[in-house]
Amino acid sequence: MNVVTPFEGIGASLRRKEDFRFLMGRGQYVDDINRPGQTHAVMLRSPHAHATIDRIDTVAAKAMPGVKAIFVGEDMAAEQIGGIPCGWQIHNKDGSPMAEPMHPALALGKVRHVGDPVAVVIAETKSQARDAAEAIVVDYTPLPAVSGTEAALQPGAPQVHDGAPGNLCYDWHIGDKAAQEAAFARAARVVKFETTNNRLVPNAMEPRAAIGDFDSFSGDYTLYTTSQNPHVIRLLMGAFVLHIPESKLRVVAPDVGGGFGSKIYHYAEEAIVTWAAGKVKRPIKWTCERSESFMSDAHGRDHVSTAELALDAEGKILGLKVHTLANMGAYLSTFAPCVPTYLYATLLSGVYATPVIYAEVKAVFTNTVPVDAYRGAGRPEATYLLERLMDVAAAEAGLDKVDFRRRNFILPDQFPYQTPVALQYDSGDYHSTLEACLETAGWAGFEARRAESKTRGRLRGIGISTYVEACGIAPSAVVGSLGARAGLYEVGTIRVHPTGSVTVLTGAHSHGQGHETTFAQLIADKLGVPTANVDIVHGDTAKVPFGMGTYGSRSLAVGGSAMDKAMDKIIAKGKRIAAHLMEASVEDVEFERGTFRVAGTDKTKTLTDISLAAYVPHNYPIDEIEPGLEETAFYDPKNFTYPGGCHICEVEIDPETGRTEVLNFTAVDDVGRVINPMIVEGQVQGGVAQGIGQALLEAAIYDASGQLVSGSFMDYTMPRAGDLPDVGVATHVTLCTHNPLGVKGCGEVGAIGSPPAVMNAVVDALRDYGVRHVEMPATPQKIWGIVNAHRLAAE
Amino acid sequence: MYDFAYHKPASVADAVKILAADPDARPISGGMTLLPALKLRLNKPTSVVDLSGIAELHGVKREGDKLVIGALTRHGDVASSAEVKAAIPTLAAMAGTIGDTQVRNRGTMGGSVANNDPSADYPAALLALGATIQTDKRKLAAEDFFTGMFTTALEVGELVTAIHIPIPTKAGYAKMRNPASRYSMAGVFVAQTASGVRVAVNGAGANGVFREKAMEAALSANWSPDAVAGVKVDPGLLNGDIHGSAEYRAHLVTVMAKRAVIDAG
Repeated sequence: MNVVTPFEGIGASLRRKEDFRFLMGRGQYVDDINRPGQTHAVMLRSPHAHATIDRIDTVAAKAMPGVKAIFVGEDMAAEQIGGIPCGWQIHNKDGSPMAEPMHPALALGKVRHVGDPVAVVIAETKSQARDAAEAIVVDYTPLPAVSGTEAALQPGAPQVHDGAPGNLCYDWHIGDKAAQEAAFARAARVVKFETTNNRLVPNAMEPRAAIGDFDSFSGDYTLYTTSQNPHVIRLLMGAFVLHIPESKLRVVAPDVGGGFGSKIYHYAEEAIVTWAAGKVKRPIKWTCERSESFMSDAHGRDHVSTAELALDAEGKILGLKVHTLANMGAYLSTFAPCVPTYLYATLLSGVYATPVIYAEVKAVFTNTVPVDAYRGAGRPEATYLLERLMDVAAAEAGLDKVDFRRRNFILPDQFPYQTPVALQYDSGDYHSTLEACLETAGWAGFEARRAESKTRGRLRGIGISTYVEACGIAPSAVVGSLGARAGLYEVGTIRVHPTGSVTVLTGAHSHGQGHETTFAQLIADKLGVPTANVDIVHGDTAKVPFGMGTYGSRSLAVGGSAMDKAMDKIIAKGKRIAAHLMEASVEDVEFERGTFRVAGTDKTKTLTDISLAAYVPHNYPIDEIEPGLEETAFYDPKNFTYPGGCHICEVEIDPETGRTEVLNFTAVDDVGRVINPMIVEGQVQGGVAQGIGQALLEAAIYDASGQLVSGSFMDYTMPRAGDLPDVGVATHVTLCTHNPLGVKGCGEVGAIGSPPAVMNAVVDALRDYGVRHVEMPATPQKIWGIVNAHRLAAE
Repeated sequence: MYDFAYHKPASVADAVKILAADPDARPISGGMTLLPALKLRLNKPTSVVDLSGIAELHGVKREGDKLVIGALTRHGDVASSAEVKAAIPTLAAMAGTIGDTQVRNRGTMGGSVANNDPSADYPAALLALGATIQTDKRKLAAEDFFTGMFTTALEVGELVTAIHIPIPTKAGYAKMRNPASRYSMAGVFVAQTASGVRVAVNGAGANGVFREKAMEAALSANWSPDAVAGVKVDPGLLNGDIHGSAEYRAHLVTVMAKRAVIDAG
């Protein structure tokens, strides 16, 4: 019999298994969960950027209808509740640790940003909780505030924390300063470039939410939360904040509607509702409003940088020097300190064979919402800085910007390539992705298109970026030596059921990535189980043994590799069982996609034969092998993975209004082996959408007093479908050399590679206006300002 | 939102009676402005008077040389109305650019007019077209009705019931959207009417919608984009925010005026 089934393994563009329930409105998000006897929490937040709290009067509020409890910071402090911890410690140039001020879940004595939670009201209904929150009287004495990254370091700037003099969190560096200075001394040309990487608000479609639940009979706590990594939340909140042992704390992150990094972190509200549930002995639900998200979700980016590139007379890069100020906001969010250091400065070599690099980074506290990783995390900032600098340098050196890049590329035969900033790239082929992208984007025919635009009074520009990023985080020992307070392995359990279906337990968490499909394809490909018979379980510490979650494009490279290792164990055990059943020696048993075969014979057993034997061990080598067919593997990666590629963007500017339209966007990425091409395409397109958003539209703007001026969608420009072109996506694969799947990751490449491609196109469009640089976002007003200034100068 | 009483009268008379009895009651039409304000607790009416059940306020009619549009006519209905498309195509096109599909299926012309948001579309159209706003008590010329930012000549409890719009010889509209909110940041409506050329500007004025007399004069002399290209607007009279300074808006008004003339043909 010859049964033809559609191929579902690695490389198949399988439709996403999860989409049926999402599209039919049957997803189960935190806010869809309602616990028996549930109450509702509302956070009272600071309207001031910086103020002392002189008095909080909750008497009238507590007497209002439906109010169960109101807690303030002192109530938590009285029970020795810990501060919200930071998961990464950076050390200063002199070896001393960074300033790490206490971050109370509810403000203690002082508020440090607009939105800082001051009190929590718990009531029978959300409306009652809100009414009571309005009745709380807080006497504040406003203090001078500082919101700007550069302003924070100015002498006399308002002090955000007593324990961080001069608002300095750390002063860190990487690279060889003496070698950099020597390289610059013999340079034919040094090109200097200054830029700001605009602050962004992540704005996942689903706002954050949390339900705290306490079983007073068992003493067990459960937290349902919108998280990318429930085990990490259990660890941080249980061990550092609430002092609840793991065995008494379950964290569930069910369907989650987008994260982009903003749902990695342990947030105060999670600790507040969990702790308070134990106090009021009722489940407590808190769901963030959108305007509340703007002032409480960790923001992204916010760097001010100066870069200098030294070139020899032939346009070869001799060295790079970078100075960056990074805004941490008012408190250190979970991963904040590592973003502008080990996820940023280590990427400054890019795809170029830069012999020496020296980078110094100062992180500062300001009276703004904490800043942490946002899609790409440090790598978009590095790529933007470097790829804009490459264009500026090419222009000043009189070199073609593509040739200039080609001439400095790391060559395929140089891999593994050790950069001067710690990373060792395992594989890549930057020429191939470049040439494929140039071809697809029609680079050669651009000038004709520009001329055509000109006949319509429009300015057309084309921009390129060639990039590499480091993801699939991360080798535990390496990150531990760099200050991480956790390991970054992943865990996978493969449970083959008696009749051959499979449940996979993974520590990775899907919040839009399509894991239920991609991971099932891994199982189908290796074990030969149809994807319909593979279920992926994630997001529940009571079900999944352990896990570090999803961020840094790690789910497949690290989580998938753990599954692959666990499948190896399944196959190894299966071979032993099969050898017994087929009366062969285990060395002679081969396995391929669901079939065990005695080599060179027609004797076979299916995976189902083996699983049945394992769970019904009547004829079974019971003295040698335990029954059952379930294996767990922890996979700790040997290195980061290094996706890279080329992005080309074509824009058209209306000089009368300053509006920029993205006409075409072409991405050719090397993401390693592709499991599901359709999902990769979607991931790249989503990342590019966010990159175009950063380049042209989005900006979190604080005024000098620390008020968030762009605090709603009325003023914060989120990309919409009409702002985006149909993004062309192609892949050119070199395999990762150190993980079993050869995969590199695709979640962040779009957001990393695209902003400089867009901005290089904008600057190119304005080439007749003598423009060297345009800061992101290139809003219509900003572009008009450039055009108008040029016109005035000409008059 | 805070608690409020809800009324759904079936006639204008009943609606007015409820509103007259309670100065803190608020009429609601499509709710595209009031509902978000209620949700954000920015508004605390004692009661909300839902006008959607008043049949006489719906619909578009042509009466001789004018259109009569019921106050509760939704933007989507204006955009797709055969009468509006035939008589004032640019008004139908304008309605089709308001908000998004959901907003156009809820928001009404009467609601927009009564709210007089400075960045709303309709006020510029009505001012440029020389429209008359009919209320339950009286008729007001558009220039007498729109009195400033978010303010109109409406008295407390007075309801817009219909808008009478003379059909122009030609009309055109162009706007630059605020990139975030997508409301107009500078919009210009131009019309050749029986009472001469009229030009009205939304989105930009520090005091809401206004007529741009210098452009009217220029277009009266020479109906062409070039005629308004040289007419500068005083930034001192305009609004500024993070998306557009007064200077940028002044420039945009001139550009949009040119484009509106092109749109008018």
